[in-house]
Amino acid sequence: MENNKLLQIMDLCVTYKTQEGLVHAVNNLNLEISDKETLGFVGETGAGKTTTAMAIMRLIPCPPGKIEKGKIFFEGEDLLKISDRKMRKIQGKDISMIFQDPMTSLNPVMRISEQIMEMILLHKKINKKEAYAEACKLLELVGIKKERADDYPHQFSGGMKQRVVIAISLACSPKLIIADEPTTALDVTIQAQVLSLMKDLKDEFGTSMILITHDLGVVAEICDKVAIMYAGSVVEYASKEKLYLNPSHPYTKGLFNSIPKLDTDEEFLEEIDGLPPEPTDVISGCAFNPRCPYCMERCEKEKPGITYLDKEHYVCCFLYENK
Amino acid sequence: MNKNKKDTKTKVTKSRGQFAIVLLSFKRNKLAMAGLIILFILFLTAIFAPFIAPYGFDTTDYDNTFQQPSAEHLFGTDEFGRDIFSRVVYGSRLSLSVGFIAVAISVVIGGTLGAIAGFYQKQIDNLIMRFMDILLAIPQFLLAISIVAVLGPGLFNLMIAVGISSIPRYARIVRATTMTIKGEEYIEAAVASGTNDTGIIFKHILPNCMAPLIVQISLGIADAILMAAGLSFIGLGIQPPAPEWGAMLSGGRNYIRGWAYMTYFPGLAIFFTTLSLNLVGDGLRDALDPKLKN
Repeated sequence: MENNKLLQIMDLCVTYKTQEGLVHAVNNLNLEISDKETLGFVGETGAGKTTTAMAIMRLIPCPPGKIEKGKIFFEGEDLLKISDRKMRKIQGKDISMIFQDPMTSLNPVMRISEQIMEMILLHKKINKKEAYAEACKLLELVGIKKERADDYPHQFSGGMKQRVVIAISLACSPKLIIADEPTTALDVTIQAQVLSLMKDLKDEFGTSMILITHDLGVVAEICDKVAIMYAGSVVEYASKEKLYLNPSHPYTKGLFNSIPKLDTDEEFLEEIDGLPPEPTDVISGCAFNPRCPYCMERCEKEKPGITYLDKEHYVCCFLYENK
Repeated sequence: MNKNKKDTKTKVTKSRGQFAIVLLSFKRNKLAMAGLIILFILFLTAIFAPFIAPYGFDTTDYDNTFQQPSAEHLFGTDEFGRDIFSRVVYGSRLSLSVGFIAVAISVVIGGTLGAIAGFYQKQIDNLIMRFMDILLAIPQFLLAISIVAVLGPGLFNLMIAVGISSIPRYARIVRATTMTIKGEEYIEAAVASGTNDTGIIFKHILPNCMAPLIVQISLGIADAILMAAGLSFIGLGIQPPAPEWGAMLSGGRNYIRGWAYMTYFPGLAIFFTTLSLNLVGDGLRDALDPKLKN
């Protein structure tokens, strides 16, 4: 297989059939992630971040969802082609997922130890007693006393539940963790705790991580690479430093402009004119063209390809094509 | 050491879980508690029947036929001189076991079918639920009669007949609950961790269906006992000399003009059993339904 990328997504297209028409949730998405790397996946609501994550896990409900085309290579194997049985072996063991809302992602009628053990027993050949010991160890690792292993989810607070969810996702030391807005449902102080915990554990276990978020602050905290998503495709991809120092795509620039500045007294926040396109609309040319301040004639007719500004910094915009 | 002590203390105050809350609101409901007490007494009667009953349920005594209730024969005797009190006491064993086993049969089959239908939806759902609709279209009692007619009378066949005829109601409840639970995030999380469909249905979905199911079960047992008594009354259930309450009613029917007490006591037994189960069921529904909490 091509080089040593852990996960490689090529030309992924996902659509949903709705009553209003076909929704193009993900359009020709290209993405890759290497070993031990953290990729931040940033975009507005409805940009297709979660759909991409679901596509990797093969969790897209079908119908109404459908993966139109594309390839998702994980360690050289196309996840979209392998059998369900084989996929179940990968789910949880090699790729695990942390869901957005810890309040609802734990089963209310199972003790948390059972829920962690379930994951371990599914993928490792060990007996229940060993699995229980391992579950306790994992709980200690995420900062929960092992005396509480036999409690039910309703006896925990939101932040602690998210710690349990993290413990479950780490149970089989996966190679890739997909975290879908793991801190959105938590308040700011707990967010910080959970993020630093995830960062530490990621280093300790040596896993890669895709962090889906719409919070650029969170990205700055723990990511190595950042992909900015707009209307179903990646518009800019770079290492964190490069992106923050030199945002290039007009959309990325707009995003950074809309962060309030600490040193000036601002009445109104800067915003990007217009609204994200209706998911059912198909925009000819660049999806961002109706809102783009630098829009040229060409942008309305053609879709911009990938332009490399640097070895690991690309942008999908005609502005940079000639440089 | 000291620290540990503190931990256990906080735990005690904290762990007033859902179960404790349900229990508390059930305890406040006086009628439901009365039902529970009657049911408890019935259970004790069934378990200790040989110690409570003064005579055997099939001991005939031709010198003492048609005795009115007296100190010697609390509920009197029937046309063969059998002690009705002993027969009613032994009858509790039959009625309760028919009620519980019949409901167990229908819950296991109906619950599984409902969960499969609700989980897979589409054609499988259509196939199963349309079949359930066909069963529902036939009046439950007639359905039970026809099943017994095919299988032949007897205790075990009675349980099967009553069980099969009440499958659809459990299938419907479990299906509806499954469809709600299927959309929950923890089910998605379970799928994402590589659990297969069987594991998801039995480990994650069914335990979450329990609340509405428990209520339906307690009401369903009452129905099953009534239906079993009805079937025995028309001669399709448990055969004499077994002391089934419905069969005793049927036997006493011929002598109702002169010796009406022969029908009173088995009738009262059926009445109190179903009443207590219904009271418990209503109480459980109120306790488990958060919308009715005040």
